[in-house]
Order: sequence, then C-alpha cells, then structure tokens
Amino acid sequence: MTMPSTKRDYSLVGAETRRAYEKGLVSASWYASPIPRSRLKELMQRKDGPAIRDTLLWFALIIGSGVAAGLAWGTWWCVPALFVYGTLYGSTSDSRWHECGHRTAFKTVWMNDVVYYIASFMVLREPTAWRWSHTRHHTDTIIVGRDPEIAVPRPPDLAAVCWKFFALPGGLRELEKIFRHCLGRLNAVEADYIPESERPKVFLEARVYVAIYAATIACAVATRSLLPLMLVGLPSFYGAWLMVVFGLTQHAGLAEDVLDHRLNCRTVYMNPVFRYLYWNMNYHVEHHMFPLVPYHALPALHEALKTDMPPAYRGLWEAYREIVPALLRQAKDPTHYVKRPLPANAALQGGAA
Amino acid sequence: MSGGWIPACKADDVGTEDVLRFDHEGRTFAIYRTADDKFFATEGLCTHGRVHLAQGFVTDTFIECPKHNGRFDFTTGEAKGAPACVNLKTYPLKVEAGQVFIQLD
Repeated sequence: MTMPSTKRDYSLVGAETRRAYEKGLVSASWYASPIPRSRLKELMQRKDGPAIRDTLLWFALIIGSGVAAGLAWGTWWCVPALFVYGTLYGSTSDSRWHECGHRTAFKTVWMNDVVYYIASFMVLREPTAWRWSHTRHHTDTIIVGRDPEIAVPRPPDLAAVCWKFFALPGGLRELEKIFRHCLGRLNAVEADYIPESERPKVFLEARVYVAIYAATIACAVATRSLLPLMLVGLPSFYGAWLMVVFGLTQHAGLAEDVLDHRLNCRTVYMNPVFRYLYWNMNYHVEHHMFPLVPYHALPALHEALKTDMPPAYRGLWEAYREIVPALLRQAKDPTHYVKRPLPANAALQGGAA
Repeated sequence: MSGGWIPACKADDVGTEDVLRFDHEGRTFAIYRTADDKFFATEGLCTHGRVHLAQGFVTDTFIECPKHNGRFDFTTGEAKGAPACVNLKTYPLKVEAGQVFIQLD
C-alpha cells in the first residue's frame, strides 16, 4: 500500500474525508471476534449495584478532598488536597463521562444521564455535542477524515502532546466552542456530525455552562479568593494529567484506517485502583468491539475473547515503552505505526495506512 | 401466504428477552421476544447506523443498537435514546402453532 509522506488532513470536511469514502472506510463493517450469543447476552446484562457503589465512593472522594482543600486553603497542605481533588475532578470524570455516555454503567437510564451530565461538566465537554462526537468515534474509529477523536494525529506535535497533560490547548478550544454554542453557532465540522434536531440542546447546555462559570467567577470576585475557581472550572485543566496518562494508551501510535479494533486499540492490564479510577476502560479493544458490554463486565469479556486478541500489555510501563518511541519515530516518519500481532488463525480486516 | 403473512421462524428460535434476525427477499427484519413471551417485529437495521439490531441487547421492551447504543421501544418503533433519532418501522406479527409470522407491506 502506498503511504502518504506528508501531513494528513485530520479535519472531517477535507480531502481525507473524500478518500475515506472512496476506500469504503466510512460506516464500514468491522471485525468482531467470535463469541456465543448466549455468553454475550450474559455479559451485556445491566446492573445498578456496581455503578451506584462506585459512584457514591467517587462523590465521597471528590467532596472529601474538596473540603480538605478548602480547610487547608492558605497553607501548603492545600497542594496535596487540590492534587487529589483536581485529579478526581479533571481525570476520573473522563471514564464516568464515557461509560454513562454509552448508557451502560447503570441499568437505570436516568442514573446514566445524571452522571453523564455531571461528568461532562467536570471534564469540560458539552454533553450533547460530545455524545455525537463519540458516536462518530465508534462508527469510524481512527479513520482519518472521519474520527473527531484522534488524540495524536501524525506526525505528532510532541509539544502539543505534553500540553495535553494540562488540557491545553484542548480545554481552551472547548471554552471557545462553549461560548460559540452559547451564541447559537456551530462550525462546519460540528455541523457534520451533530444532527439538526440535537442542536437546540447543544446551545442550551452551553448557556448552562456559561452561567455556572459566571457564578463561580462572581463568587471568586466577591470573596477575593481563587478558591472557588480552584474547585470549579480550573480542575478541568490542572487535574487532567491522569486522563492523558490513561487515554493515550487507547490508540496512540497504532494503525489508522483499518477495520479491526485489534489493530487500532490497546488493552492494558492495570491494578485495581487504576481500574476503579478508569472504570475498566483499559480493556479498550473489547469495549470498541462490543460497546454494549458494561464496564463491570469488561474483564470477563476480555477472558472470553483473549485467544482471538493480540496479547494485552502487562501494564502502563509496557504500553508506554511502545508508545513513546512510536510517537518519536512518527514525528520524523508519519507513515510509521505499531503493527499489533494477531493470533495465527485470525483474519486481518481492512488495510492499514 | 394470504394477507401478506410470511413465516419468519419458529417461536422457540427466539430466546426469551432476545432478538433474532430474519431476512426475506433482500430485506432484513428483527423479531423480538419479551420476558413474558410476547413477540414483536421491526425493520432489522438501526435507523442511525444501519447496523443489524439482531446483534443488539434487549431489555424490557427496548432494543439497543450494538454499535452506538441507540435505543428503541420495539413495541412501537419509537426512538428512545440518542444517537437513535428516527423511529423504526414496525410490522404486525402473530404466532400460530409455534410458528412466527410477520405481515409485510
């Protein structure tokens, strides 16, 4: 296959979009590992219990660390308290946003929606706009010109990757979108994936966000203190680092333009604390292949599928030993990517670019 | 068959609280069976992503699309959760002597 040697167009309305259509990569049929319907049906069953338990603990940790930060404000003890608070607020909200966005975390639909809206605000994403963005990500995962959630385009801008740990410049772009949506405007890319019927919701949500930010700023001005902003708004930036540590393992450095999630996603084993913070999104190949399976059943799904999967990474260290060199090499050679080994009897679906 | 009733499958072919794909003359349908053994039929592809709903998840009277988790009430076809925004077409269905029939237009 001929490899493009120059920077590709990652926008959703450019030359690569046309190319993706021409190559049959748009809304295509993706490889799915064999699993008996009866077993899959068991794994898809919804439960409220695990997510209620995990969410109550999550809120307790956030409120507890936030109260500690408030009490310690003005002393150095507020630094570790804000570090914990910010990380919970700005990073772990990503996986809650994700699972509740799929409406699989809880059996009860409204519980998914409540946590989705709260987590969306914390991770600085507009609920409806990002639901449609993530829908496209699942339709055309890492298809250039179609997927709006490709975290590290080739060639990687390594400085930009580092800035991601502070949600920059992505967080500022989100604020720009929020203010634009507040005025009732979408750009061409957003108009490509957000249906007309959903746009009033996008604009309403943006106005609610702006109202909350305005109230927080007013509170900070009235109290002549940065504390309100350190508790609402700014944690989306200073607490984003762990989201990036986890999130880059999902797809960075892997193949683009393939129709097999085993080739463009990673499954990384993590310890129980990380799996709690990340709500099992480390089983990322399995999640993309069967997105109806709730987070609490992903380890069991992994066991059911693993003979048809590339070997899982034994931890973050092993994943980053692959990701960092791959991104450094892609900075010089954008055609480079990590080729995941498939089991001998597995069929490769689609080509890689 | 008279009245447009087409034999689709045996009732036992559809698991309890599950869905089965049925293809007929180039069209595809989904046959549902609820936990209390009621049967329903809709068009077979999700109105959002054109994915076969028979690979999805049935709970109560809802089917969730396997690709994007779009949600429909299969008794009415009504889209109940994004990204599903357009309703599914439903078809009359009857079960006689263990055989499921759907009425096509």
